[in-house]
Amino acid sequence: MVRVDNEGASSALIQVRGLNKTYRRGGEQIQVLQGLNLDVDKGDFVAFMGPSGSGKTTLLNLLGGLDVPTAGTISVDGDEITHMAASKLTQWRARHVGFIFQMYNLIPVLTAYQNVELPLLLTKLSKAQRKQHVLTALSIVGLADRMHHYPRQLSGGQEQRVTIARAIVSDPTFLLCDEPTGDLDRRSATEIMELIEALVDKHGKTVLMVTHDPLIAARAHTTLHLEKGVLVEAHKLEQNVAAGGVA
Amino acid sequence: MKFRHLIFANLFRKKIHLLLTIGSFAVALFLFAFLAVVRDAFSRGADLASADRLVVINRTSIINPLPLAYRDKILRIPGVKYVTHNNWFGGIYQDEKNFFPQFVIDPENQRQVFPELIVPDDQWNAFLKDRQGAIVGARTAKRFGWKIGDRIPIKTTIWGGGAWEFNIDGIYHGKRPQDDETQFWFQWDYFEEKVPDRVKGQVGWYVIRIGNSDDAPRIAKAIDAEFANSPSETKTEAESAFAANWVKQFGNIQFLILTIGAVVFVTLLLVTGNTMAISVRERIGELAVLKAIGFSDVAVLFFILAESLAIALFGGLLGLGFAMVVMPVLASALSSLLPNLILPASALVLGLVMAVALGAASGILPGISAMRMRVVNALRRI
Amino acid sequence: MAIPLIYNVRSVKARWTSAIVAVLGIAGTVGVFVAMLSLARGFRATLVKSGSEGNAIVLRAGAPTEMMGAVTLDSVRIIQDAPGVARDANGNPLVTQEVVGVVPFPLISTGTDANVQVRGVSPNVLQVRTSVKIVAGRMFQSGLAELVVGKNASATYSGLKLGNTVNFGGGRWKVVGVFDAGGSSFDSEVWCDAPVLNQVLKRPDNVFQSVTAHLTSPDAFNTFKDALTKDPRMNVDVTREVDYYAKQSTTMTRLITVLGGLVAAIMAIGAIFGALNTMYSAVAERGREIGTMRALGFGGPSVVTSFLVEALLISFVGGLVGCVAVLPLNGYATNTMNFQTFSNLAFAFRITPDLLTEGIIFALVMGVLGGIPPAIRAATRPVAAALRSL
Repeated sequence: MVRVDNEGASSALIQVRGLNKTYRRGGEQIQVLQGLNLDVDKGDFVAFMGPSGSGKTTLLNLLGGLDVPTAGTISVDGDEITHMAASKLTQWRARHVGFIFQMYNLIPVLTAYQNVELPLLLTKLSKAQRKQHVLTALSIVGLADRMHHYPRQLSGGQEQRVTIARAIVSDPTFLLCDEPTGDLDRRSATEIMELIEALVDKHGKTVLMVTHDPLIAARAHTTLHLEKGVLVEAHKLEQNVAAGGVA
Repeated sequence: MKFRHLIFANLFRKKIHLLLTIGSFAVALFLFAFLAVVRDAFSRGADLASADRLVVINRTSIINPLPLAYRDKILRIPGVKYVTHNNWFGGIYQDEKNFFPQFVIDPENQRQVFPELIVPDDQWNAFLKDRQGAIVGARTAKRFGWKIGDRIPIKTTIWGGGAWEFNIDGIYHGKRPQDDETQFWFQWDYFEEKVPDRVKGQVGWYVIRIGNSDDAPRIAKAIDAEFANSPSETKTEAESAFAANWVKQFGNIQFLILTIGAVVFVTLLLVTGNTMAISVRERIGELAVLKAIGFSDVAVLFFILAESLAIALFGGLLGLGFAMVVMPVLASALSSLLPNLILPASALVLGLVMAVALGAASGILPGISAMRMRVVNALRRI
Repeated sequence: MAIPLIYNVRSVKARWTSAIVAVLGIAGTVGVFVAMLSLARGFRATLVKSGSEGNAIVLRAGAPTEMMGAVTLDSVRIIQDAPGVARDANGNPLVTQEVVGVVPFPLISTGTDANVQVRGVSPNVLQVRTSVKIVAGRMFQSGLAELVVGKNASATYSGLKLGNTVNFGGGRWKVVGVFDAGGSSFDSEVWCDAPVLNQVLKRPDNVFQSVTAHLTSPDAFNTFKDALTKDPRMNVDVTREVDYYAKQSTTMTRLITVLGGLVAAIMAIGAIFGALNTMYSAVAERGREIGTMRALGFGGPSVVTSFLVEALLISFVGGLVGCVAVLPLNGYATNTMNFQTFSNLAFAFRITPDLLTEGIIFALVMGVLGGIPPAIRAATRPVAAALRSL
């Protein structure tokens, strides 16, 4: 169950309270997030939308432990990450987050197999154990037969699938996607979204996704809009528009 | 689709830069080896000089002779084991350009004083019996294609005496690779026979082998005291001092070489440092993703350093290896100007150390910037 | 259409860190090149200056240097009477018969001995070698153990100051004068009376090693030479003094030139790699711009020329920097031993305009070699791909 007010149950997988993030841009202080709240349960599939500059990526970065908020707290599976030391945060990310970015995900000089294996190199698993996980991940995304190909030998859609495989290989707590289909044509984009849906429906993954494309967002269970520094539910947004609020 | 072109371009770029950077290291280390070789060639006399040999020359002028009569007096000084005498012949074989050092030697004591220059016994014995015999160093023999049994004519303008012809009875080899194998030796008796009377009985210099190298200062003083106030005063020095002074007369070669070496290495550092910086800049996206996945900042620093070290090591080995192969070729090409060119093992080791140090230095700044890079900023750049 | 030059200049400025690296690589190479060659030329110039067009030197036939020469007093008389020999106001022939010895003196810089050329000359030597002038003290007196020293000798070897007494050859000599020989090898020498030197070096009296004559004019050389070489009583070689001294420098000059040239060649390869690196980066980073220009209609050759010009710009600056950096060396004094004469010679780095020009040309050549492959790549890459690149 996804909530954007202050009243989510403490059993939520991801709990965000009063999140503020301020940037200095060209000499000015810009407050991008203002008292943002969020609750996400295990198995939720959430899309974040909003105009460019609204702070969607900032939110994702904060949730993924790539950035630190100006104020507020973020808890994931009971761990409060907002005040973690940088090195601990790095380790936390490795264990709990799977990233899928718009591009630059794969290392060009490594094969698909080696790219997927990367996160596992940070664990203590043996080579054989790693191989098992990698093969599982690759077969989930349907690319086991291309595991020895280099990224340049794969299509855009295939590369993103490898990226997804890498994102799930260490069985992270949740997946963060930033415009995962942004660079793909319509057909590949559909493939990818079907895969992500399958991950949620069949494998019970929790997915948080940023997108600007309503068709892509529609595939998620819940769409939230980032507006004036906080998250607003979709139907609420319509009400705001009707009431002459945000355009 | 756009992805592919971009990545392909990236890779291709990397290949060229990789090759060029490795090439830069190879060139720098090759030059390092070359400079080491030149330094070694100039200071070899001093490096190789024997601790238990002394050289006696005329105090007034190095080109003035000493009487042969001094020999017995020198032998009587305690601590002196062997005494041999030489004259510089300075003749011309066919053309002035074909220069090689020719010495008139005293066969009786030559091998005892210069044990590192080795002649097989049978060849030496043949030489002893042959008034017009000659022993030649392996390098000079090779240079002119001389073999044992060849008859060699040499012209001289200093000594007179008409035509001089020699039979090659033997070829000597040096024990160590740096030993001089270019000399041409012939019989004192033949020399005395042919030169005009006013020149007979005169020696260019003496070389003495003493029993204990600690005795050198005492013996040198004793010899010079013996002949002080005589018409031909002597100046006796340890061979090492003599050789070192000889090198010093060429001016400050060390300084020149060090300066050139420094210029080269600083330039190399700038070039490779810049290449690493560009390479890191180009890959900042990948590196950011690695950090996002969970690789620590320090891990990324190590990746960059490992790369620059690998490039430096590979390039360095290439350059040094090429130097080892090329040196003999260079040596024969320059044989009329310089003694045998040798690449000392110590230079190879030092070269490798320098390559590694440079590799680390060129990678450290880009590595640190990659370490410090914040994922958020790098990804935003994308 | 030619791509405007201003584009290249601005591009270089925008990517100045990369450009600076290439510039420095080329500058270093050109600097070493100019420095080494100026060393060789300085050495040679010092020796060549010793010779005068109007003088001829006579040596025993076959003697490569005067040290190996021998000319008797009788022969000297014949030379003095030969046609073409200039005479002074009193009708005396301007001829100097000389002896050279190599005597050890300690170097001021290291304290160790250097072999110094001591030249026994005739009293009228200053009229034969007109470029030599006494600048302090006076000329030595015949028959006495007196020395006049060249200005470089005085500055390089200890004890050769005006008024000092030095020991060598078992005698005490007084330094009575210092001379300036116009930057030639004589400046590194010590001169004295020839017969006195002969005695000290225990050479036979009345045998000299060389005879130098001042001719009535440089054109008189052939007459002078023929008279002596055709004379059955003489067995001599006659050479213009300039040519003789030029020959005395060949070994060392060749050594320095060869070694210096090798070092510069190796460095050049490295510098070319550096330039290639910079230019390839430039091409890659500006992929989209290049694609745009080509789409606009600037053809392949324009692109090649454009990048080549950029490479030449960078290498020209590199050459300039290299030349300027070593310019202070010009005139810097140093000394070394001349293989051919066994004696020490003071000389200076000599940087001439044509050497600097050679340096710049060298830089431009490196620029061309480092610029062509990337330029071709820029021109031949498919336009569509170039446009799509970031």
